[in-house]
Amino acid sequence: METRGARIGLRIWTIGALLFLWIPLLIIMVYAFDRSSIQTWPITQWTLHWFSAAWEDPGVRSSLWLSVKCGLLATGVALVLGSMAAFAISRFRFFGRESISFLLLLPIALPGIITGMALNSFYVFAGVPFSLLSIVIGHATFCVVVVYNNVLARLRRTSPSIVEASMDLGADGWQTFRYVLWPTVATALVAGGLLAFALSFDEVIVTTFTAGAQTTLPIFILDHIQRGQDLPIVNAVVFAVILLTVIPVLISVRLTRDTGVIRRR
Amino acid sequence: MVDSALEAPGAGSSLRRARLWLSATFWRHRWVRLAVLLLPPVLAFLVVYVGALGSLFVSAFWAVDAFTGKIIHVWNLDNFRDLFGSGGTYLRIAGRTIGIAAAVTALDAIIAFPLAYYMARVAKPRMRTLLLVAILLPLWSSYLVRIYAWRTILGHDGALNWLLNKVGIGDVDLLYTNWGMLIVFTYIWLPFMVIPVYAALERIPDNFLEASADLGAKAWRTFRSVLLPLALPGIVAGSIFTFSLTLGDFITPLLVGGGKNNFIGNVVEDYIGVNSNIPFAAAFATIPVLVMALYLIIARRLGAFEAL
Repeated sequence: METRGARIGLRIWTIGALLFLWIPLLIIMVYAFDRSSIQTWPITQWTLHWFSAAWEDPGVRSSLWLSVKCGLLATGVALVLGSMAAFAISRFRFFGRESISFLLLLPIALPGIITGMALNSFYVFAGVPFSLLSIVIGHATFCVVVVYNNVLARLRRTSPSIVEASMDLGADGWQTFRYVLWPTVATALVAGGLLAFALSFDEVIVTTFTAGAQTTLPIFILDHIQRGQDLPIVNAVVFAVILLTVIPVLISVRLTRDTGVIRRR
Repeated sequence: MVDSALEAPGAGSSLRRARLWLSATFWRHRWVRLAVLLLPPVLAFLVVYVGALGSLFVSAFWAVDAFTGKIIHVWNLDNFRDLFGSGGTYLRIAGRTIGIAAAVTALDAIIAFPLAYYMARVAKPRMRTLLLVAILLPLWSSYLVRIYAWRTILGHDGALNWLLNKVGIGDVDLLYTNWGMLIVFTYIWLPFMVIPVYAALERIPDNFLEASADLGAKAWRTFRSVLLPLALPGIVAGSIFTFSLTLGDFITPLLVGGGKNNFIGNVVEDYIGVNSNIPFAAAFATIPVLVMALYLIIARRLGAFEAL
């Protein structure tokens, strides 16, 4: 339908947009190998030194450990709550069903700053001290949606009658869960969990409001960028963070090729 | 698999009978199952999330004791009076935030449309999947890192000035300007616009475009009268993200705006952290929330919710 010229134009536009999306990421990854501690472009001397320097930095280690703990806990909460909600929404029709799915979407529909402020004032109001728990609650609010979306998409594509068939054949609830439901949702759960972890691991806005004086890895990065301190170490950390968020996403894309992130959103 | 399930240990025993009874009870009483599944997530969200949002907006009508720094539960409108008074400082900041959010949305729509069109209607299926992954990966990779990347690129000794010097244009200092922020926001939220526009364009049947051509419409007319109206819900759906995310951001103004081009988010963050005045922060935060509410109402009318 399109003329030849239009096609070529569209192709050039697409290549341009992809370069726009990817070049900044590649540039910041390359900076991790820059020997100089003052950032200029182009890079003239190369080194691997900053990776070991970053690994030995106590600030990097403690914030990395905190981020991993938060990510795992928030993902755990999200897996339980998100899949429960997905089962309820996909297998039942009831009053208020739409409002519940809207409720779960709110934390990603509203700007992160609103979620952060709301939780902050809630903690102050309820006298909850800033701790690992306060960060995990904050992260769980937006991680639930990711698991929920993934599991819901999977359940929509499987017939509810497989459960009835299993029960008719004499299986009890546990067996039906173990041998029928679990195999259908397992990969969706893994995919949703990986995405939730990736989201939590580099979240910074909600975290600034719920961490108090604690330093997660993104807060560590933000502090150092703002103060222009130890930037080579930050660059090495940033390199690792990009890999740590991109790899789980690639795995989850493969796991949910026809129901997951590619199809939805 | 079912066979092995039936021969599982415990089959026929009283334990097994109890489990069957329990399963049957759950099966018969649908609402019990529903309640067990639904109550934990919904209660958690209602208590923590909605409760927190509610308490935040109630606190916008409270005050802070100037001496103790504690919140006083006295109903008043002083926070809003300060917001609209104060020599228009806060209104200027709100204006800048909303203006840049609108510009980012427009720019993203312009960049996304041809890209989404290529993906949906020109690229082969394999290529399409590759492109989707290539567009989604930057979205999922760290948001903070992507802003930081632009901070180094836009800096005086960054890659942009190096390139511009190569082609003979000379230095441009975009870091710490509104233009710099516009570029960075457009960059970080672009995938949010591409995906819904792509989904909308993919759904348009080929014969609509053929019919338009058969009726004598040239490319521009087909674009204006067929493609654009049908893609509009997708564009509006994408704009919800680009607009709302820009409205609520404070990291980009901090790192790329350089602290002198404040957004609503920066003021709010200061008032919660350094100045410890949650009521005023909450009052200021009502502006983006009201703007978003209005935006969502319009978006709903334009059919964006079906395109999400």
